Amino acid sequence: MKNYMTRALLLICLLLPALAMAQVRTEEKPTDPAIEKRLANLSHELRCLQCQNQTLADSPSDLAADMRQEIREQMKAGKSDKEIVAFLTDRYGQFILYRPRVSPVTYLLWFGPFVLLLTGLYVLYQYIKHRRDSITEKPLTAEERRRAEEMLRS
Amino acid sequence: MFRYLIPLALFLVLVVFLAIGLTRNPQELPSALINKPAPDFRLPQLKDPAKTFSAADMRGKVWMLNVWASWCIACRDEHPFLFRYAQSGAVPIYGLNYKDYRENALGWLGELGDPYLLSVTDLDGRVGMDYGVYGAPETYIIDKRGTIRLKHVGPVTPDVWSKEVLPVVQELNRQ
Repeated sequence: MKNYMTRALLLICLLLPALAMAQVRTEEKPTDPAIEKRLANLSHELRCLQCQNQTLADSPSDLAADMRQEIREQMKAGKSDKEIVAFLTDRYGQFILYRPRVSPVTYLLWFGPFVLLLTGLYVLYQYIKHRRDSITEKPLTAEERRRAEEMLRS
Repeated sequence: MFRYLIPLALFLVLVVFLAIGLTRNPQELPSALINKPAPDFRLPQLKDPAKTFSAADMRGKVWMLNVWASWCIACRDEHPFLFRYAQSGAVPIYGLNYKDYRENALGWLGELGDPYLLSVTDLDGRVGMDYGVYGAPETYIIDKRGTIRLKHVGPVTPDVWSKEVLPVVQELNRQ
C-alpha cells in the first residue's frame, strides 16, 4: 500500500511541470471561425522549432501553442499574414518557413537539384555518344558469312 | 584503371559530407538576431517584483543574458558552471526566468544557489519570443550599444565558454 502511494506521488510529481507549463500562457479556445481558418492555413506553412519536423499546426509542444496564440492575437489586432510571417522570421529566422524564400542563401537549396539533373543528363549524353562512336559497323568477312549460314541451316 | 577509381572517389566525397553532417547539431539554428538590436524589455525582478529591470539599463556595458527556468532540465546541468563564469568577473550575468512560476523559480535558486546579478520574470514568454527563444537554456551576449553579438542555444559548457563566449566578450570589451 505504501509502495503504491509512493508511486502515485511520484507520478503526480512527474506531471506537475506539465501542469505548471500549461498554465503560464494558455492557448485560448477557438472563437472566431474566420481567424481559426487563417491560423490553420498559416500554421501549416510554419515549422515548430522545438520538434523540427512538425508544422506549427500539428505540434503539441508548448512553444508551438504559444506561437499559435501569438498569431491569433496578431490576427485579431488586424495584422496581415505577411506581417505575421515577418514578425516570426525576424525572431526565429527563415528556418521557420517550410518553403524558404528564394534568396542567395537558399539558391543551392532551390536550384541545386536542377543543376544535378542537368549534370546527370549531360553525363548520360556523353556516355551514349561515346558508346555509339566506339561501335563501328564492319561488314562480315567471307569466312564469317559461311559460318553464319551454316548455323542458320542446322 | 583510372575509371574504376571514380566511384570510389565519389563514395569518399559522400562519406566526408556525411561525416561532417554527423558532427553538427540539428537543434542549433542560425539566429536571426545576431548583430541586430537586442529587443528592449522592462520586466519585474524575480526577487523583488516591485523593482524592474530593462535591457536599456545595460547600455554602455557588455553583458550576458541567460534564459532559464526551473522546469528546464538542461538548465540544471548548466547551473553550476554559471557560478564559475560569474566569479571570473568576465561579464555580468543576468537571468531571464522564462515561463516559470515565481515560487518554483525562487525554490530553484534557493536550492542550487543564485549565480545571477538579478533575474527578471518573463511569465508569459513574450520577451522570450522577442528574443527568438526556442529551447532553454539560451545565452545572449549583448554589446555596449545594445546589439546582440552572440547567441548560444543549450548549456554553456566550459568548452563553449572558453571557445565561443569568452573570446567574444573580451573582443567586445576592448572596443
